Amino acid sequence: MMERTFLARNPSVLIFIALLALFTLAVTVLSEGLGTGFVSTAMVKTLGMTLCFCLIAIAMDLVWGYCGILSLGHFAFFGLGGYMIGMWLMYARTEDIVIASLAGADLPPTEQEIVDAIGTQIFGVVGSSEFPWVWAFADSLLIQLVLVVAVPGLLALVFGWLAFRSRVTGVYLSILTQAMTLALALYLFQNDSGLRGNNGLSGLQNIPGMADTPQSVLSVWFLWASAVALGLGYMFAAWVVSGKFGSVIRGIRDDEARVRFLGYPVEAYKLFVFTITAVMAGIGGALYYPQAGIINPAEVAPIASIYLAVWVAIGGRGRLYGAVIGAAFVSLLSTWFTGGRVPDVDLGFYTIEWVSWWQVALGVSFVLVTLFAPRGIGGLFDLFINRRTPDRHGADLGPDTGSLREKEAET
Amino acid sequence: MSTLLEVSGVSVSFDGFKAINNLSFNIGPAELRAIIGPNGAGKTTFMDIVTGKTRPDEGEVLWGEKNQSLLRLSESQIAQTGIGRKFQRPTVFEDQSVEDNLLLALKKNRSPFSVLVFKKAEADTAAIQALAEDIGLSDQLTRKAGELSHGQKQWLEIGMLLAQDPQLLLVDEPAAGMTLAEREHTTTILKDAAKSRAVVVVEHDMEFVRRLECKVTVLHEGAVLAEGSLDHVTKNQDVIDVYLGR
Repeated sequence: MMERTFLARNPSVLIFIALLALFTLAVTVLSEGLGTGFVSTAMVKTLGMTLCFCLIAIAMDLVWGYCGILSLGHFAFFGLGGYMIGMWLMYARTEDIVIASLAGADLPPTEQEIVDAIGTQIFGVVGSSEFPWVWAFADSLLIQLVLVVAVPGLLALVFGWLAFRSRVTGVYLSILTQAMTLALALYLFQNDSGLRGNNGLSGLQNIPGMADTPQSVLSVWFLWASAVALGLGYMFAAWVVSGKFGSVIRGIRDDEARVRFLGYPVEAYKLFVFTITAVMAGIGGALYYPQAGIINPAEVAPIASIYLAVWVAIGGRGRLYGAVIGAAFVSLLSTWFTGGRVPDVDLGFYTIEWVSWWQVALGVSFVLVTLFAPRGIGGLFDLFINRRTPDRHGADLGPDTGSLREKEAET
Repeated sequence: MSTLLEVSGVSVSFDGFKAINNLSFNIGPAELRAIIGPNGAGKTTFMDIVTGKTRPDEGEVLWGEKNQSLLRLSESQIAQTGIGRKFQRPTVFEDQSVEDNLLLALKKNRSPFSVLVFKKAEADTAAIQALAEDIGLSDQLTRKAGELSHGQKQWLEIGMLLAQDPQLLLVDEPAAGMTLAEREHTTTILKDAAKSRAVVVVEHDMEFVRRLECKVTVLHEGAVLAEGSLDHVTKNQDVIDVYLGR
C-alpha cells in the first residue's frame, strides 16, 4: 500500500525501472555469453560500468543538485569502495593460485607458508612480502563487503562533520573536498600505503572460485548486479527527495539560513546526505572495478570527481533521471571519442584528432550548458510535459493587488 | 508582569562600531511591541542576537520561565525553543509550493531521521488549510511560492511563522511594499497572534505602528531611547531630535 502510493506519486521511477529492465534484458539477449553474440563482452563490460557511473551520478545529484553541496570528492569514495572489494578479490584469487602451485610439493604447505606466498605474490611488485595492516580482513569476503560501505561512509562522516560544523560552504567546501581527494590519491600513490602504490590492484576481473565461468558470462552477471544496484539506488534517492526530507534539503540549497531559523539542524541534514551518498558511491565502485579489472590511485584523483560534476551538470542537476542521462551519455560518448575509432576531421590546414580534442569539446559543451541550458539534457523533458518553473527571482511584478500575476507553473 | 524574554546589558560591536550598546529590553508572554528607530539604530542586530545569528560581546539573553540563556544555543535550537523570525525581505522557498512551504514550517520533530519517515496526516493538511485561510492564500496552495506577489510572499512568511507556533515572534518590517488593504490585513493577523504569544515588530512606518496600538520602544545608537505609547514617545524631546535632526 505504502509502496503503491510512492510509485503513484513518482511515475518517473516506474518508467525508469522499466527502461532499465528493458535495457538489461536487451543486452543480455544480444550478449556473447548468454545470447546471440551481437554485443561483444568488452561492450557488455563498458555498459555495466556505465550503469555504475549512473549510480554515482545519482549520489552526486542528491548531494549537489538537491542539497547544494558541490562535492569534488565523490570519486574518492567510489575508488575506496573499489579498493575494499579489490583487496578480497586479489587475495582470494592469489590464494587459489598459490594453493594450486604448492599442491605438487612433497610436504603439504602450512598455513603460514601459504600466507607468506600470497604476500610475496601480491607485494613483490612494491618490494615487500609482508601484509600491511589494512589487509587484515582481506581473506574474508563478508568483512570486505561491510568495509565497502563502512570505509567511505566513515570517511565522509568524519570529514563532513568537521567541514559542516565549521560552516564551510560554497566554493570553499568544494576546495576542501578536492583537497581531501588529492590527499587520498597521493597517499595511495605511495608504495608503503599498503595498497601497492601506483600499481594499484589488478586482475580483479577474475572472480575467485569461478575460474570455469568465462568472462562473457561473468560480464552479464555484473551487468545485472549493476542494474539492480542502480535501480535500488534510484528508488532510494527518489524516496529521499520526494517527501518532506527532499523539501528540507532543497530549502538548504536555496536558503540555508532560512532553514536554520525554521529550527532545522542544517548541519545534521548535510552530514546525512553527504554520508549516505558516499556509501552509494562506494557500492558503485565495488561493482565497477571487478568489471574494469584494475584500480589504481589515478582513479581517485580529483579530475575524476570533476568529471562527475560535468556529467551531472550536462544531464541536468536537481532531477534524478537527468543525472543518469548525463552520466550515461557523456561517459559513453567519451569512450567512443577516446577509443580512436571516430574519423578525424580534416580542415585542410589542420586535422582534428578526436582522441585529444574530445576533452576540449567536452569542456566547451560544459561551459555552454552551464550558461545557456542550466537544466541540461533532462530539461528537454520539460518541453514535453510543459513543466516550467517560475522565473520571478527577485523580480516581483508589483506589490499592488491589481498587478499582473503569472498563472503558469501550477504544480 | 512575568517576562518571556529578558535582554540585559547586551553590547556588540563590528570593527569598532558599537551596533548595540548596553541594551536592556523585556517582553512579556502575551504582548505586542513595536520597535522603531532611525537607520543603524540596531533594530536588526537586536533580532540577530536573540535568534543566535550574532553573538554579543557582553550581556545576557534569558528566555522563558526557567530563565534559560540563549547565548549557548545554535540558531536551530533557539528556533525550536519557540522563537520565530520573519526577515525584512520576504524569504520563502520560491521553488516550492505554498503548501510545502507551510509544511516545512509546521511544528514537528525537526531531526533528519524523523523527517525522512514523515508522512503527512489528515491533521496536518487541515492545519495548513486553516493557516492558508488566515493569511488569505487558500486558493494558492499548489502554486510555487516564487510566483506569488510581494505582499502574498510577506503573508506566506507570516503564515510560516505562525505554523511554527512560536511563543515569541520577531517580525522585521512586515508591511514593507504592501498596499493599504494588505496592511490592514497584516495588522489584524499580528494583533490576533499577540493574543496568545509575544510579538515584536520592527517597523519604519509610523502609520503602521499607530495602527498596531501597542507599546513602543525607540532604539537609537544601539540603546533604548524611550519607551511607552506611541503618543508618549513622539512627544519625547530626545525622540524628536533623533528623528527630525538637531
